[in-house]
Amino acid sequence: MNLNATIIGQMIAFALFVAFCMKYVWPPIMAALEERTKKIADGLAAAERGRHEQELAEKRATQVIHEAKEQANEIISQAQRRGNEIVDESKDNARIEGDRILTSAKAEIDQEANRAKDELRSQVGTVALAGAAKILSREIDDKAHTDLLEELVGQI
Amino acid sequence: MASETLTSSEYIRHHLQNLTFGQHHDGSWGLAHDAAEAADMGFWAINVDSMGMTLLLGGLLMWFFRSVAKKVEAGVPSGAQNFAEWVIDFINDSVRGSFTGRSALVAPLAFTIFLWVFLMNLMDLLPIDLVPELAKFIGASVFGMDPHAVFFKVVPTTDPNVTFGMAFGVFFLVLFYSIKMKGLGGFVGELTLQPFGKWAMPANLLLEGVNLIAKPISLALRLFGNMYAGEMIFILIAIMFSAGAVMASLGGLLQIGWAIFHILIITLQAFIFMTLTIVYLDMAHQEHH
Repeated sequence: MNLNATIIGQMIAFALFVAFCMKYVWPPIMAALEERTKKIADGLAAAERGRHEQELAEKRATQVIHEAKEQANEIISQAQRRGNEIVDESKDNARIEGDRILTSAKAEIDQEANRAKDELRSQVGTVALAGAAKILSREIDDKAHTDLLEELVGQI
Repeated sequence: MASETLTSSEYIRHHLQNLTFGQHHDGSWGLAHDAAEAADMGFWAINVDSMGMTLLLGGLLMWFFRSVAKKVEAGVPSGAQNFAEWVIDFINDSVRGSFTGRSALVAPLAFTIFLWVFLMNLMDLLPIDLVPELAKFIGASVFGMDPHAVFFKVVPTTDPNVTFGMAFGVFFLVLFYSIKMKGLGGFVGELTLQPFGKWAMPANLLLEGVNLIAKPISLALRLFGNMYAGEMIFILIAIMFSAGAVMASLGGLLQIGWAIFHILIITLQAFIFMTLTIVYLDMAHQEHH
């Protein structure tokens, strides 16, 4: 264990290894470590941002749902109102139509009745004349009696 | 385990001897055959085993982390990247905790020191004779060497050359940044004008100089001492294996216990080396008074 030139060789080797490490080993690995640190920091920041956005979105979604519910209620009540209106309208229409049919039926009946009356009236005179002629077979002033009869028919 | 032809002291000495390459006494270059020959080679010799292990482990380390860095991605990490990021995060936190300035060098430096020293220390947990016997086998059969002359210290941090090499590297960085941040005058002033004021310059210089020199020395010797002692205990335990069944089983238990305890030491020493490096460099970046 003498001190000899090994000490110089060792110093040279030491310097070479340190230089190699300084140039080719340390910087790339440190760069990677720093890059990862940055990535992680960015990732955490992004996660925080995402959570914030999610909160906002949730709030917005609640609001939208609330509005939608209100709108739906409104639509339902409108529809109900409209339905009632339609029913009422239909009832009115039906009543009017019914009235109309009724009146026209009545008018027809009246008409029929009038026609029957007229017919009856025109036939009553003849029947009465025939009856009277049979009963009073003679001496009857056709003219005076016709006037009388006509007056009678007019009263019927 | 010791072979029958070795005495205990020879076994220990064999384990504590580096495989040294240098110039022999007769002028030829080659590997030292024993401790005396290695010492005889003087300064211009090199410990082949220490250098080989440090380069191998450093190379493995850099290869692994480079392969991770090449396909690193900021998305979901997987497998090796998870592990690499965990280590790098840990070291980055340590650097940020102790180093107040801004520097592109300190963190990679701390990273290299911690993991490299850790890996070198980790070699202590390999079975103590595994690599030396392997080296002996290869040396004898491939290179035709005398098996007893093939030394191999597998833990580089038990070689003071290695720890001092790194400590001086750190020391030069401390000097460099001291002068860069405070200017030459500021640095010299820091060494001479405190703590006693300008009339006691020699005393100041002595105190601050010791303070300065103590940094790399303590850095290197702490690591070396801890690992050397730990290795020594492994060697002593290994000697028990050749002393009968009772001693061998006791040695086995001790081996396990010490290895488990040593996991703490090897990690702790690597961490201390790294932390002190960061602290020294931080001090170099700051004005004290």
